[in-house]
Amino acid sequence: MSLPALDYDALVTRGKDGALRFEAAIDGMTCAACIGEIESALHKLPGMPAARVNYTNRRLSLEWREGLFDLAGAFERLRRMGYRLRPFELAGGELIEQEASKRLLRCLAIAAFAAMNIMLLSVAVWVGEKSDIDPATRDMFHGLSALIALPAAAFAGQPFFQSAFTALRARRLNMDVPISLGVTLALAMSVYETLIHAEHAYFDSAIMLLTFLLLGRYLDAAMRRKTRAVAANLAALRAPAACRISADGVETIVPARQLRRGDHVLVRPGELLPADGVVASGASALDESVITGETARRNVAAGDHVFAGSLNHHGALTLSVEAAGAGTLLDEIERLLEKATAARSRYVRLADRVSAFYAPVVHIAALATLLAWLWLGASLHDALVTAIAVLIVTCPCALALAVPAVQVVASGALFRRGVLLNAADAIERFAEIDTIVFDKTGTLTSPHPRVVNGADIDPDVFALAAGLARGSSHPLARAVAAARPDAAMPADITEEQGQGVRALVDGVEARLGSPAFCGLEAEVAALKGLEPDVSIVAFRYGVRHALFRLRQVLRADAVETIAALARSGFAIAILSGDRPEAVEPLAKALGVADWRGGLKPAEKVSRLDELRASGRKALMVGDGLNDAPALASAYASMSPVEATQVTQAAADAVFVGERLDPVLATLQTSRRARSIMRVNLGLSAAYNAVAAPLAMLGMLTPLIAAAAMSGSSMLVTLNALRAGSAAGASDSPTAKGSAP
Amino acid sequence: MTVLLILVPLALALGFVGLLGFLWALNSGQYDDLDGAASRVLSDEDIEDKK
Repeated sequence: MSLPALDYDALVTRGKDGALRFEAAIDGMTCAACIGEIESALHKLPGMPAARVNYTNRRLSLEWREGLFDLAGAFERLRRMGYRLRPFELAGGELIEQEASKRLLRCLAIAAFAAMNIMLLSVAVWVGEKSDIDPATRDMFHGLSALIALPAAAFAGQPFFQSAFTALRARRLNMDVPISLGVTLALAMSVYETLIHAEHAYFDSAIMLLTFLLLGRYLDAAMRRKTRAVAANLAALRAPAACRISADGVETIVPARQLRRGDHVLVRPGELLPADGVVASGASALDESVITGETARRNVAAGDHVFAGSLNHHGALTLSVEAAGAGTLLDEIERLLEKATAARSRYVRLADRVSAFYAPVVHIAALATLLAWLWLGASLHDALVTAIAVLIVTCPCALALAVPAVQVVASGALFRRGVLLNAADAIERFAEIDTIVFDKTGTLTSPHPRVVNGADIDPDVFALAAGLARGSSHPLARAVAAARPDAAMPADITEEQGQGVRALVDGVEARLGSPAFCGLEAEVAALKGLEPDVSIVAFRYGVRHALFRLRQVLRADAVETIAALARSGFAIAILSGDRPEAVEPLAKALGVADWRGGLKPAEKVSRLDELRASGRKALMVGDGLNDAPALASAYASMSPVEATQVTQAAADAVFVGERLDPVLATLQTSRRARSIMRVNLGLSAAYNAVAAPLAMLGMLTPLIAAAAMSGSSMLVTLNALRAGSAAGASDSPTAKGSAP
Repeated sequence: MTVLLILVPLALALGFVGLLGFLWALNSGQYDDLDGAASRVLSDEDIEDKK
């Protein structure tokens, strides 16, 4: 059976110069040797595309001239080598992030170069003061410092100046306002002091400050970029392809996002629906658990509305695509999402709360110093120099690093545990959680169905069936194959689309698929009282046969993780869109007393609002489209990586893998991170408590300013590193951060 | 002390060359794939191709 052709033209971007460009995420690249293998394989193809594998991002970019190169051939060649390409379009957000991170690195390089050279000159001046530097040499060194510092600050300070300017225009104060003010005044004062041949100049402090801050921002941006790239790859790997039927009946495979309203799409049994639409012809049962949480299947026929992400069970369907329409489920969910997201933005980040308090205090302290010195009879010059020194020394270097440094380390630790953060401030919100609300289907249960009656089946038959199942692409067959991963696959398996697979084993035909395909309808009819969410896969080999019952089961570690969370003092609740009688046994197995079933999306949101009103801070963990509004309205939220895209966008973090313990790890790491953030803020406050009075008394020399500033920044950064080691040590399921 | 008039500009110039080198490497995409670069150095397939 031949599959319809993939519509490659839709995936290629055309440059102005006639060059064609194509980007894809690579699935199956496991080691560094794969780089050379893939690239040399592509270079040998006719048309010789410029192929470049990015190993960090697991991506491939190709560039070639029109008409000379066969992209479909390249796909096929890589597929035979064991790599699957997933076409890819860089999201706008990721491109911006890449640019921003490059720009920060450029600024950092210039600031670091300037800081090192100015420090070289400054150390000479400081040492010279104790010995015999002559004023002319000192002036020359100050002048050289100015020549380096002014252009460097004008370039490398831009990220701060722009952000401060934006904040001021919106009549707000952020951390960048005191930073910009401090740097600008320090430079201006130092230039003036140099011109009047004075002893002290603060070029080194100003540029060092910029360097440290840029380092923090760059690390932050780099971490975010890495998470973003992994998330985008995962999205590309799961991006559904659709089989479009054109007006003349030709079938082509196109990426689902290129479907337009009115297109006709063919969905075979076992495939996910690529778009919302109306059934044009055919009849089937749909598993809509991803969308509604309901595990019982819905029978659909021509004229019914269906939703993207549903699993088509046993009949081929032709859909008429309908992108959006008033009154559909998606429409309602989007409306709820908008409302919930607006509520979320009320959260004020820890760093912003601190800077809202800190910036005015610093500015008032500097002004008070100026007035006090004038009052005591000092000259305007001396009073100004002292006031500016106060601004320089309190310039929130350590303070501005205190929170981001911890965020970088903690999100790096979470990244290694398979948790990708969408929002940097999510760590602070995770740390405050006291209640956890789980969705059932796909969250507490594993996203894929499992064989539940494996023990009743003859092991030999099971092994044979599992081997045969490996030749099928149907999700249920894959579940049978996954139950016996070591089963040998028979040669020459034929797949009958929509029915099953068959192969000759020792001269006897083996079949795996629908009961009708294996002639086992009578046996299925004999199974009475089946739960509505159980699926059957039949197997026949000569006279021997078996019926595999499959359903969604709890994630492997769900019971332990829930118990560990409850022990740590979190209140646990289950809110499900599934029928109450399906939720109850599961809630009992997990020992969760607070559960509700049959909830609509709006009811989940209102339940979360009730929790919020009673002072609870709830973490929502869910995967379905029906959870998206609840995720957005909860205090913090997580979703598994199998979740629909709308849901993932609404969640603060996405976790990878079959296990549930990333939820526990996230909460532990976040709590630890928050306590380290607080220690860091305390450290920088202590530094200011020592340095600011010195500056106010006029006893601050550039040497003390430089030493104090770099000392406190390093202390804060080193302390932040503890946030990473914590996650590695907390492999045991007990939560340490929440001892009562 | 007149030696400083030569040494200080010399030191700055050397540092500046280093900075330009870094910016060049950054702009030519050498920082886009750090993990890949680390393993590419061990691959000798490019040498076989030229034979």
